[in-house]
Amino acid sequence: MPINLKNLTIQTAHEGLKNGDFTATDLAKSALAEIESKNKELNAFLEVYDNVLVQAGFADKAIAEARKAGKDFPILCGIPLAIKDNILVKGQIASSASKILENYHATYDATVIKKLQVENGAVLVGRTNMDEFAMGGSTENSAFGPTRNPYDTARVAGGSSGGSAAAIAAGMVLGALGSDTGGSIRQPASFCGVVGLKPTYGAVSRYGVMAMGSSLDQIGPFAKTIEDAQIIFDAIKGKDSLDSTTIDETTYQKEKGKSKKEKLIIGVPWHFLKEGLHADVKKVLDDTLKKLEKKGYEIREISLPNISYSLAVYYVLMPAEVSSNMARFDGVKYGLHVDGKDMIEDYFKTRAAGFGPEVRRRILLGTYVLSSGYYDAYYYRANAVRKLITDDFKKAFESVDLILTPTAPSPAFKIGEKTNDPVAMYLEDIFTVTANLTGMPAVSVPAGMSGNLPIGMQLTAPHGGENSLFEAGKDIEKEV
Amino acid sequence: MISEKEIENLANLARINLSADEKKKLAHDIDGILAYVDQIKSAPIPDLKPEPGAVKNVMRDDTAQTTSAEDREALLNEAPKREGDYVAVKKIIAQD
Repeated sequence: MPINLKNLTIQTAHEGLKNGDFTATDLAKSALAEIESKNKELNAFLEVYDNVLVQAGFADKAIAEARKAGKDFPILCGIPLAIKDNILVKGQIASSASKILENYHATYDATVIKKLQVENGAVLVGRTNMDEFAMGGSTENSAFGPTRNPYDTARVAGGSSGGSAAAIAAGMVLGALGSDTGGSIRQPASFCGVVGLKPTYGAVSRYGVMAMGSSLDQIGPFAKTIEDAQIIFDAIKGKDSLDSTTIDETTYQKEKGKSKKEKLIIGVPWHFLKEGLHADVKKVLDDTLKKLEKKGYEIREISLPNISYSLAVYYVLMPAEVSSNMARFDGVKYGLHVDGKDMIEDYFKTRAAGFGPEVRRRILLGTYVLSSGYYDAYYYRANAVRKLITDDFKKAFESVDLILTPTAPSPAFKIGEKTNDPVAMYLEDIFTVTANLTGMPAVSVPAGMSGNLPIGMQLTAPHGGENSLFEAGKDIEKEV
Repeated sequence: MISEKEIENLANLARINLSADEKKKLAHDIDGILAYVDQIKSAPIPDLKPEPGAVKNVMRDDTAQTTSAEDREALLNEAPKREGDYVAVKKIIAQD
């Protein structure tokens, strides 16, 4: 039967599969048809995998067997999902939307892929467009053209995980994975009207994801609802011996439920929200707070004295880590190779031909802040300020359970609007980078509109506090 | 102000060829970014002494793992050049 993924969530699709209303193959065919008709315009997918119907067939078999045995099957079994192009799926190309890896085939599965596909039977539909090596806030830095926003194709989908967000908004898939180093899941989620979660640092294994800023990177889900995001998060989280930064359930103290009230206390750093907010974003923020108050949440003003340094700290630490992580692309072990007269010239030519302008900019900036004579003034100092910011958040969380801000200062901007001014583009991350600097979890929830463009609100919780995010997030989305 | 000469030095350290135009543009861009990030210099850092962080080292079990012939083949096939079971690279030591 013909089905429309637009009308389904992961939860309702699972019910449909359980009741036999449709099969995983039906879902996969619907995803493929939707991509076929819309991807040319949106450029959300860089490639659709050639084995989608085979995967769906496996899922249908697993569902039939479970049904026969009178057993449940995993909620994600047979659900079509999209994967950001910096996550390895064995045998498939994983390019990070870069020329330097245009023809690189992954030789193993990332841990998150094993969990989704092997353990849960999810159907991986294809790899989604992104800013090259996840460096950008609009997906315009892709070597393969920008992704367009399904709500207005003259506008960006956000970034860096723009393809994953757009794919869900356009009804091509029911969920997706992205990576978030400074807002790369939450900001596109806000721009495309979907839910995007950046989990606690270490909650999800990064084995098999291409590193950008290793002290900041985290993989997380995109979905239409908080409940769906939670389903994907539950499937991918957990300690992994192959990623030594992963944490387990006991690493952070469980939320104490500070207020002991039925509803949580939400803090708002008003001092940081006075300037630079688009009028509609401000309105959605005010409306959201009013609605939450009506539902019994207590709203409290909080102070984060050093938060204004966040973006500056981020744009020192992240390029420093980028310059180190990008050193592996040398044209020797894998990826593009451009021949020079000797080995050293091979490096210079390969990296010049393979990396796009933003990647080069960040590599040079990182090399600068790490170089002798500047290290103390930049890298060392930025690390010290990072600790101050983290302490500010920890202190704030002594009196509130969650912190609410907009996800981004404005709705989706026009393609080309900010490409000539790196600092203007970087300011997109102003509200999102703090969660990466502190390692705390944060989620963007669709909360309102600016004309025909979606606006998301961001909730941040203390380390390990994903459950509070889900609880309050559900109350925000119910109101929309 | 960062000079084009400094950009050239950074590009050299980072092993990236840059054209004259790119050097000029990058000098301009990086100047703009540094002007923005310079605000961290005014942050109230009480004491700039190094101290151990909260993170601790995590070791993996030191056990031998055997790569299957199939995986080895896949890895070698990703190398731009291979010779038999080796990744082929250019001679590194020059003869003067």
